[in-house]
Amino acid sequence: MYPFYKKLLFLLLSLNCLVQIHCVGQPINELFEKLKKKINAIDNYEADALMKTNVSFLKVPAANVKIYFQKPNQVKIKNEQGISFVPKGIMNMNLSSIINGNNYMVIDAGTEIIKNINVRILKLLPIANHDDGLVLATIYVNEKDLLILKTETTTKENGTYQLELSYGKYSKYGLPDHLIFSFNTKDYKLPKGITFDFDDGANTKKTVEKKQGNMDITFKNYIINKGIPSNVFK
Amino acid sequence: MWNLLQIELFKIYKRPRTYIAFLAITAIVLIFQFAFLADGGSYLDLMLQSIKDSFEIEKTKAINGYLMCYIILNTLLVQVPILVALISADSISGEANMGTLRLLVSKPISRQKILFVKFIAAVLFTLLLLIWMAVMALLLSLFMFGADDMLLFRVKGDESQIIQITKDDVMWRYFAAFGYAFVALVVITAISLLLSILAENSIGPIIATVCIVIVCTIVSNINIPVVEKNVKPFLFTSYLVGWKGFFYINTTESGMPIKGSIENWPAIQKSLLILLAHIAVLFSVSVYIFRKKDILS
Repeated sequence: MYPFYKKLLFLLLSLNCLVQIHCVGQPINELFEKLKKKINAIDNYEADALMKTNVSFLKVPAANVKIYFQKPNQVKIKNEQGISFVPKGIMNMNLSSIINGNNYMVIDAGTEIIKNINVRILKLLPIANHDDGLVLATIYVNEKDLLILKTETTTKENGTYQLELSYGKYSKYGLPDHLIFSFNTKDYKLPKGITFDFDDGANTKKTVEKKQGNMDITFKNYIINKGIPSNVFK
Repeated sequence: MWNLLQIELFKIYKRPRTYIAFLAITAIVLIFQFAFLADGGSYLDLMLQSIKDSFEIEKTKAINGYLMCYIILNTLLVQVPILVALISADSISGEANMGTLRLLVSKPISRQKILFVKFIAAVLFTLLLLIWMAVMALLLSLFMFGADDMLLFRVKGDESQIIQITKDDVMWRYFAAFGYAFVALVVITAISLLLSILAENSIGPIIATVCIVIVCTIVSNINIPVVEKNVKPFLFTSYLVGWKGFFYINTTESGMPIKGSIENWPAIQKSLLILLAHIAVLFSVSVYIFRKKDILS
């Protein structure tokens, strides 16, 4: 008797899941398709921005940079005035890179409130192997304005990236005015005995290791869909 | 006094070993510059090896004249004191060796004045050497590699850091650093002058100066708490690298460098005062010994 009940219970649960997925799956997929359509309307852009890098071992100034994007997933940050440390997972800063590709299973993960806005949470599970080693992406969508306010992408090799976005005058294009791109960092260790540093008696206590860094980018203006010279991404 | 100084400077000018120092600096700097021109990326790879998988950086911009000068100055830390000693360690002992010391001291000029003039001449030589180093290491590097933001790799206590100084905030730091380095090298000049008084030939004081600098530098770089606490503060070599303090830029709470700032100016001031005190004490001891020196035997 026991195996029969077990099978029945499993069957009922599976049926329940299927009904649930069917009931909420349509709107979620629709929402995702609408988002994709809006984001895919941007083929390329060039933007002036102010970039602040917050990584515990990097003492670098804020920089005026140019950010270039070319569909599907090419992103380049150039600092004409100086040097910039750019995280290697920078393409995860771009929404197009995250949501493009049709090989996702979209799962409704409920709602949440971000900055007083009720957002829908979409979990994107790659069906096939994603080019960038993406394992899972979670996007938080302002359904009313069709804007992504937050993303979390987990990759096989480079850990988790998080993106928090605020919108302004370019919201109709789905392009943020401000974003915070968080990423995992490794410890920075200099080879011993090569720097011969001056011990100035400054606080030498090791601060709590922060394994996460972020880039705070404020966009000043965008030039949208006017083309990007091909040599930019070389 | 001026005549005496002119005579001393003429002696230095005529001595072939004077030019060895300039040639050595020229050779070292050029070798470095061409090596970095050929494969500077390897240096950055070494310094960034633990984060090269996490960050991208434009290496061609990072290897610029300012970084080159910093690397060269860092490397010349041990060599330049040797070159400075070549002249100052010869000041008195060279005269003794040639038998002209007795003649010089028998002139109606106080021994104090003679020693002071010789010290000033050696200091001027040190200054010229430093100016030459600045021309070669800074100006030539800027000409060869261009100017851009300067990256600095630093170990601060248990932490390793990368500091970026914007290009418009670097040059004054170099002027200050060269000024500090001048004071530091004058300490070497004073040591070798003192040793020069004690010897009858030039080789001894030169080698002794070099040995003192090397041994003290090694001890200064031993990172054992007992040594750091009890020995390092008393070694002049611990303060020779104080010029780097001008490049340790102060940062905000969020780690953003504050333009035009220095992390610990009082520490640099203290180091500078310690070096100046070394010069004063060493020169005073030199005067005392030279006044008592028996030139008849």
